[in-house]
Amino acid sequence: MDQYEVLWAGFGGQGVMVAGQLLAYTGIKEGKNVVWLPSYGPEMRGGTAYCTVVISDSRIGSPIITNPRAACVFNRPSFDKFTPRIKPGGLLLVNSSLIDVTTDRDDITEVLVPANKMAIDAGSPKATNIAMLSTFVGATGVVEYDNLLATLEEKLGKKKDLLEINRKVLEAGFKLGKEAVKGKSAGRKVKA
Amino acid sequence: MHTEQATKTIFQRPESLSETVTHYCPGCTHGIIHRLVAESLDELGLREQAVGVAPVGCSVLIYNYFNTDFLEAPHGRAPALATGFKRIRPDMTVFTYQGDGDLASIGMGEIVHAANRGEKITVIFVNNAIYGMTGGQMAPTTLEGQITTTCPHGRDTTQTGQPIRVAELLSTLATPAYIERVSVHSPMHIIHAKKAIRQAFTYQKDSVCFSLVEVLSTCPTNWGITPTEATKWLEENMFGYYPLKRFKQPMTEEGA
Amino acid sequence: MAKILMKGNEAIGEAAIRAGATNYFCYPITPQTEVAEYLARRMPEVGGVFLQAESEVAVGNMLFGAAATGRRVFTTSSSPGISLMQEAISYIAGAQLPCVLLNIMRGGPGLGGILPAQSDYFQATKGGGHGDYRLMVLAPSSIQEAVDLTMDAFPLAEKYRNPVMIIGDGMIGQMMEPVEFPDEVDKGDPATNEGWAATGARDRKPRVIKSLYLDPYKLEENSYVLHEKYEQMKQHEVRYERYKISAKNDLLIVSYGTMARICQTAIDELEQEGVSVGLFRPITLFPYPEKELRKEIEARNVKNVLVVEMSCGQMLEDVERVVQGVKPVTFFGRTGGIVPSPEEAKEQIKNMIKKPTRAKKASKATAKKQAAKKKSSKRQRKDA
Ligand SMILES: Cc1ncc(C[n+]2csc(CCOP(=O)(O)OP(=O)(O)O)c2C)c(N)n1
Ligand code: SF4
Repeated sequence: MDQYEVLWAGFGGQGVMVAGQLLAYTGIKEGKNVVWLPSYGPEMRGGTAYCTVVISDSRIGSPIITNPRAACVFNRPSFDKFTPRIKPGGLLLVNSSLIDVTTDRDDITEVLVPANKMAIDAGSPKATNIAMLSTFVGATGVVEYDNLLATLEEKLGKKKDLLEINRKVLEAGFKLGKEAVKGKSAGRKVKA
Repeated sequence: MHTEQATKTIFQRPESLSETVTHYCPGCTHGIIHRLVAESLDELGLREQAVGVAPVGCSVLIYNYFNTDFLEAPHGRAPALATGFKRIRPDMTVFTYQGDGDLASIGMGEIVHAANRGEKITVIFVNNAIYGMTGGQMAPTTLEGQITTTCPHGRDTTQTGQPIRVAELLSTLATPAYIERVSVHSPMHIIHAKKAIRQAFTYQKDSVCFSLVEVLSTCPTNWGITPTEATKWLEENMFGYYPLKRFKQPMTEEGA
Repeated sequence: MAKILMKGNEAIGEAAIRAGATNYFCYPITPQTEVAEYLARRMPEVGGVFLQAESEVAVGNMLFGAAATGRRVFTTSSSPGISLMQEAISYIAGAQLPCVLLNIMRGGPGLGGILPAQSDYFQATKGGGHGDYRLMVLAPSSIQEAVDLTMDAFPLAEKYRNPVMIIGDGMIGQMMEPVEFPDEVDKGDPATNEGWAATGARDRKPRVIKSLYLDPYKLEENSYVLHEKYEQMKQHEVRYERYKISAKNDLLIVSYGTMARICQTAIDELEQEGVSVGLFRPITLFPYPEKELRKEIEARNVKNVLVVEMSCGQMLEDVERVVQGVKPVTFFGRTGGIVPSPEEAKEQIKNMIKKPTRAKKASKATAKKQAAKKKSSKRQRKDA
């Protein structure tokens, strides 16, 4: 892997910023260069929040990413805004619990993730972002599963029951992501 | 001739307010205070001669919500802009609308001197015990022990002094003025707050004196509680330290 | 020490503490408030001073008083707040006291916006307040560099007894990158500042820290003393980075801070397309790397110099001053909080490179005229 850019977007409170940070932490664990850049400003109040994460083996130039290789969208406004920006050949992760449309772009791979449902099934809606994050990692292999788990334990380890829920979601998401892209090329719609 | 059937408007948007939807958080009382100011301007027929001065704070966008002229001041300097304007156009109605960071912290110099010179302007001072716009830092009005992002262990008054009571402080000035503290957390209090704000504009209209109404207000977002809890918190915590009272009024027929 | 992921604002706060600057005065303002919020937690842990003032006017003067103790002191703010500190900064420079200020720049003028900008370049490098003085100005382009420069800023301020300002756009404050804090850090020693600090007139004559000289000869003398310090800075403190500068370059870009990194990406991508572009990145904006930039321009066969900034063209004037008409200097910038993307920068570079090649065919004089005509484009400015 040379450089990977992924955008995380959703409502404030859906944990998109944290998902991006957890990925960045894991990247550092693997000795990679990372940049996490948030949208900041008045949109904090209830509006759409997003961040981009760049992971690279070499020095990272621009922290600003106009066309990321992947986007993980948690709500409809983010889907509308960011889907057109994904690089051809890239990856779109859609939170299908809240977004009932799919893209007509045929030059990207779309993975539908019932993230809210996965989190609730595991025991807490708070794990929605972990469902998206783990599916993303499963689909791309940008970081190792074990390292992601270790980050989770470090950062969210204080609350034991929540960690247990997150671990469940992590495993399910990772599997789902891996399966979803197995043998599939860009343009195939993948329902998970 | 009107009949019993004719529809009668009993409630509508004041003419002084625009149709723009405000950006305030759910449960924030800035919107209520805007309405009381607008109603007062309407009732006194002042809309077309009114010029507001916006603060820097959550209500910086107040000019989007009013149907009157407005100036946007640097942080804390609204009373100075208002002074400059009013001195040249004493026939116009000039008011500032300021938060507690804007008025009582960075703008303390300007407000004290505007009040002391007896500028015939009206100041609506919104005290929510915190900095709203920048995300919940300590304000001069933050209560002892209250947690904010810049006093994460609660306000320590041995380091930061006691919260400033603006209405009381300005009332010590010898220059005549109208100064009252009100609250807008319940319907009963809103009705009274309206009277005070209207009175303040009346004094300006009659060129009597400087007028300031301090309004206790909620900031559920940065207090970290729900809107309902916020009204309760206000009553339980702010009332004791910030008594609702008319502190000062000019020597007019009805005055003391 | 292992690398940790930190937000720029917090990393800078931590770096200052580790450099022994445990005296901090502030007033909240976006997009740098996290420095204050971080230090509100951290300062009590290290027994330092944390004080939220009533305004930036007060902050500047608290810094003035604090610097007079001979201890390491600093503040952080963003554009409108830095404007309010200018009076104090002028007095501090006049009284020859060291201190460090951080400006996480946002769009202006006036209340402007809160998104990233580089439009306080003039204010930082050309004075800002009244009088004949300069600040040393450092411009990091990554969080690690922000940490390193923060740690260097304190000894530099002491060495020259002059305020040092670190400027970064909003991204430097808001983004997270891995940082490493060195184990060995110069924490300073107040005892070395006994020679000028106000420590009490024990076993010495009383000392006055001031900037008033009613006798014009004395004031002129003081100005010369300051001026001599700036000359020394020019000799010894210039810092810059060269990126892919080579004999093959078709174009040389001059850019600083985060903007320079965006240019880097554009340069890397253009390299793939067979276009060779070099980047000169000043790290000290005052003292400006004048000789060094001039040397690059004279030594290379570059046809064109492109200045890229998040402003309407401020550092541009320094580049023009240095280049002195030897090569054409062109400008590209976005402002108001808009950050140009690498794609946008690439587009500009390509246009720039096309032009002189075409011009070659025409006579030199007509080429110049043609180029001058094109200057009307909205975001492109051809220097006069
Ligand atoms: C000179 C300057 N310093 C700081 C700021 C940042 N700032 C914007 S609003 C604000 C405080 C707002 O608090 P308050 O006046 O209590 O109003 P509220 O948002 O609570 O209604 C601050 C510090 C600024 N815009 N200008
Ligand atoms: S942050 Fe506080 S003061 Fe500002 S709009 Fe929200 S609730 Fe109101």
